[in-house]
Amino acid sequence: MPITKLKSKHLLGLEGMSREEINFILDTAVSFKEILERPIRKVPTLRGVTVVNLFYEPSTRTRISFELAEKRLSADLVNFSTNTSSVQKGETLKDTVKNIEAMKIDMVVVRHSIPGAPHFIAKCVDSSVVNAGDGAHEHPTQALLDLLTLREKYKNLEGLRTVIVGDILHSRVVRSNIWGFLAMGAKVAVCGPTTLMPVEIEKMGVEVFSDLNKALEGRDVVMALRIQLERQKGGLLPSLREYTNLFGITKDRLKRLNKNFTIMHPGPINRGIEITPEVADGPYSVILNQVTNGVAVRMAILYLLSGGEKKVE
Amino acid sequence: MSKVEYDLIIAGGKVIDPVSGLNKVADIYIQGKKISKIETKNLIDQKKLKSTKDDRIVNASDKIVTPGLIDMHTHLREPGREDEETIYTGSEAAVAGGFTSICCMPNTEPPIDDQESVNFVYERARKALCKVFCIGAVTKGLKGQELTEMADLKNAGAVAVTDDGLPISNPRIMRNALDYTRMLGLPVVSHCEDLDLSSSGVMNEGYVSTLLGLPGIPSLAEEIMVSRDIKLAEYTGGRVHIAHVSTRGSVELIRAAKKKGIKITCEATPHHFSLTDEIIKTFNTNARVNPPLRTQKDVDEIKKGLKDGTIDCIATDHAPHSIEEKDVEFSVAPCGMVGLETALGLVITELVDKKILSWEEAVTKMTINPARILNLNLGKIEIEAPADLTIIDPKISWTVDTSQFKSKSKNSPFEGKELTGKAWMTIVDGKIMHRL
Repeated sequence: MPITKLKSKHLLGLEGMSREEINFILDTAVSFKEILERPIRKVPTLRGVTVVNLFYEPSTRTRISFELAEKRLSADLVNFSTNTSSVQKGETLKDTVKNIEAMKIDMVVVRHSIPGAPHFIAKCVDSSVVNAGDGAHEHPTQALLDLLTLREKYKNLEGLRTVIVGDILHSRVVRSNIWGFLAMGAKVAVCGPTTLMPVEIEKMGVEVFSDLNKALEGRDVVMALRIQLERQKGGLLPSLREYTNLFGITKDRLKRLNKNFTIMHPGPINRGIEITPEVADGPYSVILNQVTNGVAVRMAILYLLSGGEKKVE
Repeated sequence: MSKVEYDLIIAGGKVIDPVSGLNKVADIYIQGKKISKIETKNLIDQKKLKSTKDDRIVNASDKIVTPGLIDMHTHLREPGREDEETIYTGSEAAVAGGFTSICCMPNTEPPIDDQESVNFVYERARKALCKVFCIGAVTKGLKGQELTEMADLKNAGAVAVTDDGLPISNPRIMRNALDYTRMLGLPVVSHCEDLDLSSSGVMNEGYVSTLLGLPGIPSLAEEIMVSRDIKLAEYTGGRVHIAHVSTRGSVELIRAAKKKGIKITCEATPHHFSLTDEIIKTFNTNARVNPPLRTQKDVDEIKKGLKDGTIDCIATDHAPHSIEEKDVEFSVAPCGMVGLETALGLVITELVDKKILSWEEAVTKMTINPARILNLNLGKIEIEAPADLTIIDPKISWTVDTSQFKSKSKNSPFEGKELTGKAWMTIVDGKIMHRL
């Protein structure tokens, strides 16, 4: 029986989500993407629905993407960030969300530095909760937009050979993408410095590399992750220079990939560090398509979680 | 009926006393605060037991009678956090869980690091329902820098010293503590954790931490300190007791050290032999504890260590925290769980019923072994010994319901768990302090 509704009222992660459900979300996103191409990029779908964007961590791209998705759907939205909240007065997360919910809202989009914070909020409130990134745990809408971008190019992701390169330890994008890729039948490898590789990650069903050249061999998709300067201070990396030498995605290294390969990056990019500008801007790069698709995917999620059942007209 | 005078008779129960080797039905006579007679032959007959109107006779048929249980690792929150637990409420939880003696850890606010604060604990403990022994701090203010006046602490009644909650990071201070306590005959209870290795970790480092993206605490953080303490114990001849052993590697290190004849003892908690880090997949903050819940291979090795005698004691590490403190994001929640009221049920359910330990072995690790480590003249059933007894219903099935806990705090990850076996009656100095 075809899916007409999401199983959960929340989107907390992609772990355990079925291919059917992912395709259902992506199909819904495709119809929303069409709206983004129209001269008037707005529909009344979520009129009267109030969404609160709770950002406990700085974010530009994800936050703007959610805001635009909400605006395109005519939802009412409220933004909240740690700088303007009562968090600094010592209020607990539970009290904060309970208070916000008392003002009659329908959905909470949350970005938080602590893994499980969205799950915690989901237990505190009746509203639907969308995880917009929780620490190094999950970032499900990012993975969904990546899947949409790849599905546009390859139609079927079954057997697609992907590799994610960079700071695997601290990346929420990695975990959601591993679940998403595996659910769609793709093969997944991760590659990064051994100090930034979480223990026992192979148990997730991925291949693990610390030699980039080997990792790139015969791959269709390369996703480079942002490397942060803090890792050097934490004693995890000797220098960004050495990181670039070992793990930078350069044009020269692309020759190991399969034909019709794809370069991805969840952003924000450190040009010249994890990826060279010519690769980031090359014809095989879908980095900006990812960003565009982000709005469509988030529209789909907001719509489906608000109780939307069938595809929009 | 016997002509011996008595104030209480525990009749018809199966008495297990590891020290004397008694393991059969016996009637225990109590006069005043002491055991006056242990009758194994001329038992009160069943008919009489059932029909007697004498309320001084306790019918313990189908029950197991053991020396009063001793918990050598209990956090009471008095002074400082009386909203979470007081010495009195901790003692209520203790007797409900079958404990007749508990040993309170010094990491209160302020810490128990001088004679006056030890006196304070004993003063408050006078009203407690069970015996409370004080464990003093190793260093002033638990700061890991200067030794406390340990002779004074001992004179005031401290039975051991520890900075538990925190490791003694500086090996020179730990060495000095072991040298100094050697002349006092006090054991040093060591919380083994290399803080640089545990760093910002909030759970065991392993597959589950990788899945959840939570910073991990490697087993190494414990094992490196266990190795260090074994070396220090060997070198100084001081007495180290390793608190809450949680990893396979620690058990292996201690086993090897004991084989070599090094004076070292250790304990394991019920949660470290009952739970793994899998439980954290739900971000249940009540499962946040230090040392963290580990993996199945660690649990298996702890069970093996309990069986082969590497692990001497079972101790609760009862650590009360308020609901508000635990009702937060996982990484923000404080470490610790309450344990006094679930320990015995977990020992019976997870160890005795599963044939990991015999009854004698389990009782040994909860009575005479902690008593010996702390030089307490307790943990045995013999004439003239204090009448501290725990009467266990070994078959009763029950569901953990934290709302029924006597402890002021409810932070238990065992909420809803089905257990077998419970304290049916707890007798302290001849007085019934708990009855199911």
